[in-house]
Amino acid sequence: MEITFEKVTHSYDVNSPVANLGLDDVSLKIQDKKFTAIVGQTGSGKSTLVRHINALLKPTSGTITVGKRVITPETNNKNLKPLRKDVGMVFQFPESQLFEETVEKDIMFGPMNFGATQEEAKAAAEEMIKLVGMDTDYLQKSPFDLSGGQMRRVAIAGVLASRPETIILDEPTAGLDPVGRREIMDLFKGLNEDGRTIILITHNMDDVADYADEMAVMNHGKLVGSGKPFDVFNNQTLLDNDWLTLPKSAQFAQDLAKKGFAFSKLPITVTQLASEIKQQVR
Amino acid sequence: MNKLIMGRYLPGDSLIYHLDPRGKFLLTFYFVGIVFLANNVASYAFLMAFVLFAVYLSKINLGFFIKGLKPIIWLILFTVLLQLFFTPSDHPLWHWGILTLSKEGMVIASYIFIRFILIIFISTLLTLTTTPIEISDSIESILKPLKKVNFPVTQVALMLSIALRFVPLLVDETTKIMDAQRARGVDFGEGGLIKRIKSFVPILIPLFVSSFSIAYDLAIAMESRGYKDGEGRSKYRVLNWEKRDNMTVIFMAAVTIILLLIRSY
Repeated sequence: MEITFEKVTHSYDVNSPVANLGLDDVSLKIQDKKFTAIVGQTGSGKSTLVRHINALLKPTSGTITVGKRVITPETNNKNLKPLRKDVGMVFQFPESQLFEETVEKDIMFGPMNFGATQEEAKAAAEEMIKLVGMDTDYLQKSPFDLSGGQMRRVAIAGVLASRPETIILDEPTAGLDPVGRREIMDLFKGLNEDGRTIILITHNMDDVADYADEMAVMNHGKLVGSGKPFDVFNNQTLLDNDWLTLPKSAQFAQDLAKKGFAFSKLPITVTQLASEIKQQVR
Repeated sequence: MNKLIMGRYLPGDSLIYHLDPRGKFLLTFYFVGIVFLANNVASYAFLMAFVLFAVYLSKINLGFFIKGLKPIIWLILFTVLLQLFFTPSDHPLWHWGILTLSKEGMVIASYIFIRFILIIFISTLLTLTTTPIEISDSIESILKPLKKVNFPVTQVALMLSIALRFVPLLVDETTKIMDAQRARGVDFGEGGLIKRIKSFVPILIPLFVSSFSIAYDLAIAMESRGYKDGEGRSKYRVLNWEKRDNMTVIFMAAVTIILLLIRSY
């Protein structure tokens, strides 16, 4: 499903003295089956932007097209289930959404809401718990007996269980240890290769460089840049305005440039950096 | 939840904002008391003028107050209608079964209506211009005499300020959890009563769990910063009673006297 934002504006608390603008005239195209990263400082409108995709928020003006569905300011709250089935959303610290007595029931919750039968939901729970790297023994435990990282995985499994075509991730690895981080990110990359569209909100530029096909940069509710990560990270205007920070490899390349190395374009991943260095040292 | 403005604080800057919160708090209650002294058209008009003057001093848009009436307008109308049709009278204008419409009924109903508006406006003015923490500080200060009867004033004040601090946090948490469950296909406010009540389980359980874990973490954090019990601590937020607060009290006394004069006229 291709997702298109057309001149979308969203303001919170309309008609009150404390109204404030969350999104300001955003037009953006998120391509089908690609891994898109959305970056920007805290409060730049990233979360507001993605909440429009499954109509948790509706635009104050403008339209959003998700596949064949169109979301406008007049969109009704009824009949949103098919949309929400297609667009799965993993919120920040998703472990706070767990509530059932067992892990299995919690993972089954989404599919059951979207009309799956008990057997289908059970099968999905079993498949998903393995997918997120946990043993099926955990299915009969209470989610509140698990560690924070395990709860996170169960919550992600719960979202994936309804098999959404598009998966929105709002900082899914915040607060995880380095290994857990890598595993979770690799899991999403795998899902992307299986043909799902992934939208990732992150503050980690290395993740963007390593995983994303496309990226969008937000600042103060506006979209200030978008394109392939390599091009965006080499966009001088964004860097000069402090709207974007560089991945570690690019920062290292900048330091090397001061010592006499020359880079026509900054490498953004370790692999690119290594091959550049190799060429220049030779 | 966004429509209810009672109990919300609106950042601003005017004389009313700078008054001592203790004074504002007590005077608000005092005003609610003297509203019941009014007994004729002139006295109600006078009180209405006073409230509008207070709203004007606060520099908050009057329309904002009027909009704030919307969620409770049905309660007001219900009471007014009861008064309108059930006031016994010797000279009814209109009579049908147990319903009576009379001149007295109309007068009493309009008084009640004005009384509601006065009380709502003045208490909204208090909460709009006073931060929750100021309110809890003034409650502590007002309750201080109760220490003599071993009432745990400091603990209650701490409880109040923690509770107030957590209101916005829990509201945020609730919205977040609701969004998360909506994204997993829950429809709030759809279907029959039982189904609606059931749909709140996925919000309430996570909310309880997170409140307990927040409480636990906060307790540990407070202990590690040297908190033992409420006694023997100094106060960082000090309330200052100033000249303008005296003036307000005098002004309120004048209002009361004028009201009493109009009343006996």
